[in-house]
Amino acid sequence: MCTTCGCGDSELVPVELHEKILAGNDRAAAHNREHFRESGVLALNIMGSPGSGKTALLEATARVMKGARLGAVSADLATDNDARRLQKAGIPSKAITTGQACHLDAELVHRSLHDFPWRELDVFFIENVGNLVCPAIYDLGQEANVVVLSVTEGEDKPLKYPVMFQKADLVLVTKCDLVPHLDVNMGEIEDALSRVMPDPKILKLSARTGEGMDAWRAWLETMRGRVPDGRPAESHVHAHEHEHEHEHTGALPSFEGERDHGHGDHNHDHGHGGSGHDHSR
Amino acid sequence: MHEYSLVEALLRRVEEEARQRNATAVHGLKVSLGELAGVEPELFRTAYETFREGTLCEKATLEIVRCPAIYVCPSCGKSFARGEVLRCERCARPARMDEKSDALLLESIDMEVP
Repeated sequence: MCTTCGCGDSELVPVELHEKILAGNDRAAAHNREHFRESGVLALNIMGSPGSGKTALLEATARVMKGARLGAVSADLATDNDARRLQKAGIPSKAITTGQACHLDAELVHRSLHDFPWRELDVFFIENVGNLVCPAIYDLGQEANVVVLSVTEGEDKPLKYPVMFQKADLVLVTKCDLVPHLDVNMGEIEDALSRVMPDPKILKLSARTGEGMDAWRAWLETMRGRVPDGRPAESHVHAHEHEHEHEHTGALPSFEGERDHGHGDHNHDHGHGGSGHDHSR
Repeated sequence: MHEYSLVEALLRRVEEEARQRNATAVHGLKVSLGELAGVEPELFRTAYETFREGTLCEKATLEIVRCPAIYVCPSCGKSFARGEVLRCERCARPARMDEKSDALLLESIDMEVP
């Protein structure tokens, strides 16, 4: 009722919310993250310009991590070319065709999981749409954001796209084999990153020559070790029904002995073949 | 052009809140957009003007509060100018971003309730 004259008209009320506009996406992302962590899968959001070398990086990663179980979903507006390239490189992959959308969101990633054997993986790469703007603001449930920046893009790219680089947990400067042929100053790239990232982590590499790939591999292994093993997941209650039925087979050779599962001092069987690890849900 | 999908999410949320409260109309919305939110305020407004037609927000004004990017040293509180290296040399610590810097918030809704 109107409080001025009591005439029975409706009343204007201010409703204070102070909530994130992307709260819905963030909830879906949290759900994805829970899935990845409970299955001990390191999920990475790989972002960068079109042509920065995201797919080539993953192809090269497959070459240096032959024993690891890698998998990917690859987002593209119109084709599944990247997913096919990755498949050929030995990385089980699936395309997410986004149509007009310039970015992935948590729901798209979640849907892509339903018919993909992501639980069997050590590392799950989510290759985002090639774009230095929009993907940055959507949490997908990843453990870390990796931004790929090629040396051909210009030293000031980070200054032009501060939001993307500010969200990066790791920046991979790619195509470093081209440096001798270009007028590019690596110091300027690092300087630009230090002005948009308080604590920049940078690795320089070339997917083509393999230079720098060891450091990238070491970073992946360190990150993989930080993902809680989470098996068996006792506390997690599923909000919905998935068909999750499989037995974990444990880490592949390249990860053996290098993982710290955070299990304290108890004796943990890495074989996972024994009892208690067959947790059909 | 993710401004459009953001506005869609915003309108959905407003309609949900309005329904819950049996609102008959929405008069205004207030959102905060941080400089590092990755959102262009003018594009956001254009998207809003486009999408509000035929919704409860058809006549609702949109107030956009812009929040600047603020970085400070977590030890000494020194603030960093735009374009400066984001590390405090004196304290040898990386700068910390103020949380409003990348705000993307629905702050409030003015709605008409019976």
